[in-house]
Amino acid sequence: MTSIPESSELTEDERDTVGLGNPPVLADPKDTVLSGRALIKTFGRVVGLDGVDVDLFPGEILAVIGDNGAGKSTLIKALTGALIPDSGQVFLDGQEVHFKTPQDARGSGIETVYQTLAVAPALDISANMFLGRERRRSGPLGSVLRMLDKKGMKEDAGQSMANLGIATVQNMGQAVETLSGGQRQAVAVARAATFATKFVVLDEPTAALGVKETGQVLNLIQQIKEKGLPVILISHNMPNVFEVSDRIHIARLGGCAGVITPKSHTPTEAVAIMTGATTLQKG
Amino acid sequence: MRQQSPLQRIQHTLHSHPTISPLLVLIISIIAFAIINPRFIQPATIGIILQQVSVIAALAIGQTLVILTAGIDLSVGAIAILSSLLMANLAAHNGVPGVLAILIGIAAGVLAGAINGTLVTRVGLPPFIVTLGTLGIFTAVALLYSGGQQVGRREMPAILLWAGTPIVIGPFRITMGVIIVLIMAAIMAFILGQSSWGRHVYAVGDDTEAARLVGIRVDRVLLSVYTVAGLIYGITGWVQIGRSGTASPNAIVDANLESITAVVIGGTSLFGGRGTIIGTILGALIVGVFRIGLSLAGVDDQWRLFATGLLVIVAVSIDQWIRKVKA
Repeated sequence: MTSIPESSELTEDERDTVGLGNPPVLADPKDTVLSGRALIKTFGRVVGLDGVDVDLFPGEILAVIGDNGAGKSTLIKALTGALIPDSGQVFLDGQEVHFKTPQDARGSGIETVYQTLAVAPALDISANMFLGRERRRSGPLGSVLRMLDKKGMKEDAGQSMANLGIATVQNMGQAVETLSGGQRQAVAVARAATFATKFVVLDEPTAALGVKETGQVLNLIQQIKEKGLPVILISHNMPNVFEVSDRIHIARLGGCAGVITPKSHTPTEAVAIMTGATTLQKG
Repeated sequence: MRQQSPLQRIQHTLHSHPTISPLLVLIISIIAFAIINPRFIQPATIGIILQQVSVIAALAIGQTLVILTAGIDLSVGAIAILSSLLMANLAAHNGVPGVLAILIGIAAGVLAGAINGTLVTRVGLPPFIVTLGTLGIFTAVALLYSGGQQVGRREMPAILLWAGTPIVIGPFRITMGVIIVLIMAAIMAFILGQSSWGRHVYAVGDDTEAARLVGIRVDRVLLSVYTVAGLIYGITGWVQIGRSGTASPNAIVDANLESITAVVIGGTSLFGGRGTIIGTILGALIVGVFRIGLSLAGVDDQWRLFATGLLVIVAVSIDQWIRKVKA
């Protein structure tokens, strides 16, 4: 069991007790887009992350599933700067990084679509797309008068939406609050896909959507993958996860109960591992 | 395009063009008052309305900024009075040159706004409480400093009264103060509409958490909003001296409620994130038009209060309705 990180506070026996099974074979961070190693985060006496390892490979969709409180969100937050892990390492393209804020992660090309979407409903699509990174006009109108390049941003926003095959929204000057839930999600996803250079994190993107809109969002996730951007998909929804993901990281009790693929396991087995009904076979 | 009922179409139009409703109210009331009493439409009357409205309109510009961030500023009048008393007393009694006295008075407004902003962002108190507290504090400071005395026209250098300088444009007789206020409104409208700071102001008021998540430094935006508002109130203190010919601790006592009234009638949402400077100017004009119009119609002045109150309630109701717009 040499692959258990030394910083992990769990002994092999303890890992078995909580049903963690065998830790996955770890990749060399040089071969991954993102690697988390032996990540630990405690909140007082509550252990949020218990020495978790995670890898995201180029061009893949990695699903992160787990019960409430299993440590999905804590893991994602520790990887994207929203939380600073107590110990452990995060590698981006093989280089160790120390994100202190979500802005640090964003500056490195990591975009997150939050469950709340983080859109300003009264602002239009184009304004939301460029919110916090507005572009100024060229020449003295931009440098002296600091005028925004509204026309250019609108065109680019339309282009981003079109690139992802979002055809239901045409007018980039439309306020986001006039859009349907799926369309709003599409705006947030398009924003992430446009500005991400490393990977995109989607937090429960289909939780609030109907069947048809869920299908559209899953389609968007595939589009992002086809653009060459890897995706981390946090979801409760097994059918969605098995439909789009390449690998599935199962979070359980602050640790990782194993990494499976839609081919190696069935949704029922995944749920069983997730809830601790079965443990992943030791290999 | 899906079929929409006429009512939905109106809702959509008002949603995408929020200044339409105050503009309509203004036009309709002007026509109505002109029919009741033709004297209303004379250039002299219009000049008087503009002059009367100027101070409240100016304060309402700052108030709009604060309300756009889902805040409220109850210290508007207190800051303007503090600024005006400071500049008047410095110039009249301390031998400070007029221009310098004005700048110091305006700087005091900026400082007062920054204090509001700091309390809202650093201490994390609700704007209502912060500005309720500073309303008392700034008023007390102004009274203590001035000894409750007003500074008369003859005691001040001419530059302090410059905003009262009459200007005749064709048949219209207005003052420099009106021009200053219009310029302030134009500058703020431009900044809000064209700069990224303006967008961030809207975003912070619309959804603070979303603004934070996209990397907007919410505290900085809020602090800057209260500080810029303080700057506007400070300048308004100077305009007020020109308008009334004195610097008095008892001037513009209703400034808080009147500025909020103008902002709300102008279509700015008290919940933040939507509204315009142009709407606010229209809102201030509506109040002024009602005041003169009703008095020219020979109606008791209490009906003006009545009508203003009614307008506020109608304006907020319309805002609530517009916000429920559907795709």
